[in-house]
Amino acid sequence: MPRFWVVGEPNADGSISKLSTEVATLARSLAADAGGDAVGIVAGPDPASAASGLAAFLATVIAVADPDAAGHAWSVPAAEQVAAVLDGDTDGLVLMGAGPDGRDLAGTLAVLTGRGVLANAVGVRWDGRLVVEMGAFGGKLVTSSGFTGAGGIVTVRPNMVTAEPLPAPGTVEGRPSAGAGRLPRVAVLEAVEEAGAAVPIEEARVIVSGGRGIGGAEGFELVRELADQLGGAVGATRAAVDSGWIPYSQQIGQTGKIVKPQLYLALGISGAIQHKVGMQTAETIIAVNRDPDAPIAEFADLLVVGDLFDVGRALLVALRGRTG
Amino acid sequence: MHIVVLTKPVPDPAAAAERLGPDLRLDRAASPSVVNGNDEYALEAALKLVEAHGGEVSLLTMAPPNATDTMRKALAMGAARGVLVTDPALAGSCVRSTDEVLAAALRELTFDLVFSGFDTSDGNAGVVGAAIAARLGLPYLSNAAKILPDPDAGRVRVHRITSAGYDVIEAPMPALVVCTQVLGEPRYPSLKGIMSARSKEIATRSLGDLGLDGATVGGAAATTEVLDSRKPPARGATRVVRGSAAEGAAEIVAMLETRRLV
Repeated sequence: MPRFWVVGEPNADGSISKLSTEVATLARSLAADAGGDAVGIVAGPDPASAASGLAAFLATVIAVADPDAAGHAWSVPAAEQVAAVLDGDTDGLVLMGAGPDGRDLAGTLAVLTGRGVLANAVGVRWDGRLVVEMGAFGGKLVTSSGFTGAGGIVTVRPNMVTAEPLPAPGTVEGRPSAGAGRLPRVAVLEAVEEAGAAVPIEEARVIVSGGRGIGGAEGFELVRELADQLGGAVGATRAAVDSGWIPYSQQIGQTGKIVKPQLYLALGISGAIQHKVGMQTAETIIAVNRDPDAPIAEFADLLVVGDLFDVGRALLVALRGRTG
Repeated sequence: MHIVVLTKPVPDPAAAAERLGPDLRLDRAASPSVVNGNDEYALEAALKLVEAHGGEVSLLTMAPPNATDTMRKALAMGAARGVLVTDPALAGSCVRSTDEVLAAALRELTFDLVFSGFDTSDGNAGVVGAAIAARLGLPYLSNAAKILPDPDAGRVRVHRITSAGYDVIEAPMPALVVCTQVLGEPRYPSLKGIMSARSKEIATRSLGDLGLDGATVGGAAATTEVLDSRKPPARGATRVVRGSAAEGAAEIVAMLETRRLV
């Protein structure tokens, strides 16, 4: 009867991240299959909003208010608070999102609690033990792995499950901070927002993405219009980001933003391996490219051969005509 | 300023011959090894910083003995020396063993900064950096798009990529920084660099040298195990459409409608 712990990650505005609600939904179904329970933990300087957000998905959420963490990078002090809550539960399985914050926290928590880590799960099930599916070698192979002993940490990729709230929200139990831990804090001097980052691309249902073929910053205007029309976010390849056409928060590929939207519309993107590993598990991939032999032709569902601006503008007209 | 860059030999992604052996561990004979791509970005960032501030870059690698071949390429880029931790007991190490061994090796070295790549192209976990920082009690600065050390003040400032843009974060050195590709393309080794790399020192360390025991770290003490592996399900065939822009757009709308995406 293992306990499934869900570490909730707060957004910048204090609300619970969408990925955490997906992880909570997954933990509930694992707990049901394993005959255990699922409990959330939210730690931070002001966890109230994220904790009540997470409680819409979990019967019990522990909120640890840690005023000392204010003005500091989140993951290390939060890991110390989570370790204090876990103290004594050596069998517990700890789940969190595989975004940048969850990943950072997982590495710290592994050392603080002596647990193993299975990272970037694309599937998790209970089969007498926890079985975690992950991609290896940039997605060329899928492996199933488990923990050799009781207890472990799993980071979960976005969009693996659809978040489903409980019929009635659970309760939030406030806990005092375990005090300042022994690990050094990192000061946050300034949080800089960049344009074009309205919807976090990891969470977007639809991504319209531009590559080298866009040709310039003004070319991304069409990408933005299409993303707005489809209710999605704007993504980009490293070539487009390196050229300064769009901020690096929107970069998809090996550098870290791995996305799994329902629709990935790739404009002027060749589909080189560095980009492919960031988006190959999108449910539907539609590409517009001049070159019918571009690598993306091997894994897109639909490839329209043509000028991305001509096809993109025609698509915008067609979509607007549909809704108008 | 002294910077240690963690470098891992990985199967060459371009060769596309990666596979697991019957023991479900990486079959290292199946594929040529290269320096992990993201580690080359970390090394490039480190080399630029010592060019600007003075000092030296060294490499730390945990791998089988023949990893000296791939380490020479990183030395040819400009690193001054390397340490290779190698021991038969390390085959099949999990994340926990890897961070414990690398932390033990770092305790023997003097440094202002430790750099790790964003993740490795074989396992992709990307959690070892945070774990090493926790073991050594080092400040942990991740997702770096810019690294600005101030050796006189003994502090380092990093632009950490966030979903909305970036945070400017700062901590005292020594510290551990996780690098990203945003820091800039790695250089190609010069002929001079390749020649001089041949005589650069690669010190090897066994588990015993580091005061560790093969019963408590490495394959025998792994916290995780691979149960099976398979090829991912193939995506369906690609439909290729040629024609006017309006025809192309109509095909896209039709697919969006069929799949209920609009």
